[in-house]
Amino acid sequence: MSQAAPNLAESEGNLIVLSGVPLLADPRGALYWREHQILAVADLHLEKGSSFAARGQMLPPYDTASTLACLSDLIADYSPRCVVSLGDSFHDVGGPTRLGDADRDNLTKLQRGRDWIWITGNHDPEPADGIGGVFHETLKIGALTFRHDPKGGSGEVSGHLHPVARIAHRGRAVSRRCFAADTTRLVLPAFGAFTGGLNVRNAAFADLFGTLAFTAYLLGDGRIYSFTAKRCLPD
Amino acid sequence: MEPARDLVDAPPQLPDVFARWFAGRGWQVHAHQLALLARANAGRSALLIAPTGGGKTLAGFLPTLVELSERGVRSRNLKSTGRALVRPQGLHTLYISPLKALAVDIARNLEIPVQEMGLPVRLETRTGDTPTSKRQRQRRDPPDILLSTPEQLALLLASADAPYMFGTLKRVILDELHSLVTSKRGDLLSLGLARLFKLAPELITIGLSATVAKPDELRRFLVAQPPDGRAHADLVTAQAGAQPIVTMLDTEEHLPWAGHSARHALGEIYAHIKTHKTTLVFVNTRSQAEFLFQELWRNNDDNLAIALHHGSLDVAQRRRVEDAMATGKLRAVVCTSSLDLGVDWGDVDLVINVGAPKGCSRLLQRIGRSNHRLDEPSEAVLVPANRFEVLECRAAIEAVAENAQDTPPLRTGALDVLAQHILGRACGEPFIAEELYAEICAAAPYAALSRADFDAAVDFVATGGYALKAYERFAKIRQDKDGRWRITHPRVAQRYRMNVGTIVEADMIKVRLVRSRRSGAVVPRGGRLLGEVEEYFIETLRPGDTFVFAGEILKYEALVEDEVYVSRSDATDPKVPAYEGGKFPLSTYLAARVRAILAKPEEWRALPEQVREWLEIQQWRSILPKAGDLLVETFPRAANHYLVCYPFEGRLAHQTLGMLLTRRLERARLRPLGFVANEYALAIWGLGDIALHIKRGDFSLAQLFDEDMLGDDLEAWLAESALMKRTFRSCAIIAGLIEKRFPGEEKSRRQLTISTDLVYDVLRKHQPDHILLRAAHSDAATGLLDIKRLAEMLSRIRGRIVHKALHHVSPLSVPVLLEIGRESVYGEASDMLLAEAADELVREAMS
Repeated sequence: MSQAAPNLAESEGNLIVLSGVPLLADPRGALYWREHQILAVADLHLEKGSSFAARGQMLPPYDTASTLACLSDLIADYSPRCVVSLGDSFHDVGGPTRLGDADRDNLTKLQRGRDWIWITGNHDPEPADGIGGVFHETLKIGALTFRHDPKGGSGEVSGHLHPVARIAHRGRAVSRRCFAADTTRLVLPAFGAFTGGLNVRNAAFADLFGTLAFTAYLLGDGRIYSFTAKRCLPD
Repeated sequence: MEPARDLVDAPPQLPDVFARWFAGRGWQVHAHQLALLARANAGRSALLIAPTGGGKTLAGFLPTLVELSERGVRSRNLKSTGRALVRPQGLHTLYISPLKALAVDIARNLEIPVQEMGLPVRLETRTGDTPTSKRQRQRRDPPDILLSTPEQLALLLASADAPYMFGTLKRVILDELHSLVTSKRGDLLSLGLARLFKLAPELITIGLSATVAKPDELRRFLVAQPPDGRAHADLVTAQAGAQPIVTMLDTEEHLPWAGHSARHALGEIYAHIKTHKTTLVFVNTRSQAEFLFQELWRNNDDNLAIALHHGSLDVAQRRRVEDAMATGKLRAVVCTSSLDLGVDWGDVDLVINVGAPKGCSRLLQRIGRSNHRLDEPSEAVLVPANRFEVLECRAAIEAVAENAQDTPPLRTGALDVLAQHILGRACGEPFIAEELYAEICAAAPYAALSRADFDAAVDFVATGGYALKAYERFAKIRQDKDGRWRITHPRVAQRYRMNVGTIVEADMIKVRLVRSRRSGAVVPRGGRLLGEVEEYFIETLRPGDTFVFAGEILKYEALVEDEVYVSRSDATDPKVPAYEGGKFPLSTYLAARVRAILAKPEEWRALPEQVREWLEIQQWRSILPKAGDLLVETFPRAANHYLVCYPFEGRLAHQTLGMLLTRRLERARLRPLGFVANEYALAIWGLGDIALHIKRGDFSLAQLFDEDMLGDDLEAWLAESALMKRTFRSCAIIAGLIEKRFPGEEKSRRQLTISTDLVYDVLRKHQPDHILLRAAHSDAATGLLDIKRLAEMLSRIRGRIVHKALHHVSPLSVPVLLEIGRESVYGEASDMLLAEAADELVREAMS
């Protein structure tokens, strides 16, 4: 690498220019907007484990702790002025009440000294008590609009779809979470420890981007691998 | 026939009606049938070991039929004891078979003596296909004899009326016991049996089995184990049939170095079919069956009726083949292990086994499918598909001649099955932990279960078994004030019933035949159903790819909801080979015999000329190791350096070894690039010159192959291994952490379930000693990772590694090297793959 890298995370991320705004896609699944020091993550689905447990499937109660630990690493690396959680931050409306004490303390620590914005999502449509932060349906900053459910507008940064892409090579296939973006719209990968994914070749992405002229930025181990949507395999 | 010598008392007399019936059929009563009757009369459980066709099933039912004939017409009156309604006569005998088709078939066969002798016996089957109304009636008014499967038994036991239904039970007959006990279904069955011993104190059992290596283990399975010590059922061994005639095809053609198709021998296989009345052609995998069937028809100049049978074909199609076979309409059936068990078929006069026999017991059972008259020998021809398989066939023929057995040992009961059973017990009626623990320890596979593991399983069933007690309020079972565990809601029982069982297949997708579409056109819907394939196989395909299935070359058109649409293709060479190898690894026993053959040149005389020559050149160019040694060859080729070793421990163990060795080579900065494994050998290549480092003394093979690789290296690999995740997934489903079916919801499982890979990652990080992770680890020891086998090998070869540094490829290494490119692996499908794919794009763009 010829240029000096400002920090480790940034050197291995990928630059995506959205409506003229340079954004850094971190291979851990977050988006960083250097100009405003905003760190965005999507679809944390906190308390998904306990949500399943309430319905009789006792998934491990460690998903919230895992997700917050990953988020904590990112916050330590970037020291953002503002964190935007792009909706479906909790798996269901009961999530904030079920949040365990240790996890709640952890969340409070992460919020200390910075702005924290909860964008509302379909899983968590109402503002909730006891989790700090402020609530917005959408957030416009400069040329960009942050929202949960993508509408296809220009400069839109969203989540909701949980994009994953599949690449086949030499008879074997690898599936990874990914960012999906063209020059004006971007969908973040789901960040939560228990969140699954939707193949980028699903009709939902074609509807959003119009064609297959978008790129999938696959999350690798410390690195982003980008492929055109055409190169990705359908399910 | 000689009378059996091992009777409890003098052989019992058959009641007149039975004696007349046997005579009327022109049959003689076998000694083992009388022997089994004597045991049953004496109230003793027994294991009958008999070859296929020895009248085994009739032997199993004879005591029941005799008893029921003497009992007379049954009374349907209920008696009240004040506490409950009791019937003097209810369900008498429960028959459990591993296949529901077998249960149905046996019921049909059993009707014949019952009707011909006019016995007052009602017999019925109960399988997944039995209509609900009939099932309900069976619980109210059970038949005398019920024929069923392990899963149905679990279901019956999980209902409140189980004591009513089974309280009268006198006898349980377990068919094909040798096959049942090797899987988790056997664990489930053993737990059900332990419950039955409690519910029906007079119960005795009869196990029916093919010959096994250790009959004592099966004998323990059949009786309740005492808290201290071991109890055994009696043993009755039928007279062995005539020694089978097993030969190896001495091909005139060039013997392939590698591959599994046996393409070279097609003409010779066809000639055998032509000169026999009915031939069973066994292969090891579905894709081999598809291939062979295709090729046989391609050259079927005489239009012989040759059919195909494997587990993925549509049930209706399989039934048609089975019926045609039973009525003698077929000249040959190409089949997989789907026909290893059960259903008795007409006059098979030849068994051809294509490919590696894998184990001698397995081979003997297949051979037993031919010629059911005990006094005449069965005839079998082994067709090796490549040179190493010649050695394996030779070893198997010797083993068969010695009547050696290599069936696997009895399992230690799995913890995920235990969890399922505990929930089932609570669905039946509330239980006291101490009592249930004692009951479960009576099951042979769980005789050594610790109280701590049992408690962990109860805790898991209740709230997931997590160190972080977050789910108390969502508990599925909870202790009442008397200390009895009971379900917290009827819904829990409903969901248990929908998810009972231990067979976790790969997710299967239906294959439907449609007309090929023009590009861009809408795919037509609703074509004929061909069968099912594994989802992971379809995931590797792109639209337009061709593959062989259901005897045809098909083109992948589209995935529509949960079905794959395919069309007929004109292609002559399917693009995607699907070799699903290694399902049954070469048995340890046969492997040792193969090594022994290699070590003794004087034994090569029995081998085909081409193979002998191959081994002789190997001896001259390199060496052939002594039976207990591990040969490691190193040589340069093109830009790479190769390391090839020959453990003969099966593909699964070799793959695991390959994963671990490449990690170590990487750490030693020897820059490995890839590896490939087959049943016999492992080849690793890379940039570093291993031989040079050994010569310089800064690297040692003893260290590379040291057993300590099973410590941290293994742990590190397990963290990311896809095979381990697949293993965990089935444990999670069996234990009930993940439910595949929900009441009232027909949505596809993709929408409703969570990826177990994600659960695995999180659990591993936060609670590595969780009961499900322990269950998955113990499965990995013998399952897809075969770690136990690898561990035994590493210990065996300690101090016995023989290194040969060569200048070029050795003859022995050719077969495994030919597999490169076919399915070379390095690491898991991972970042490496993505990086390569990305680089490839760059090259394309820049050139």
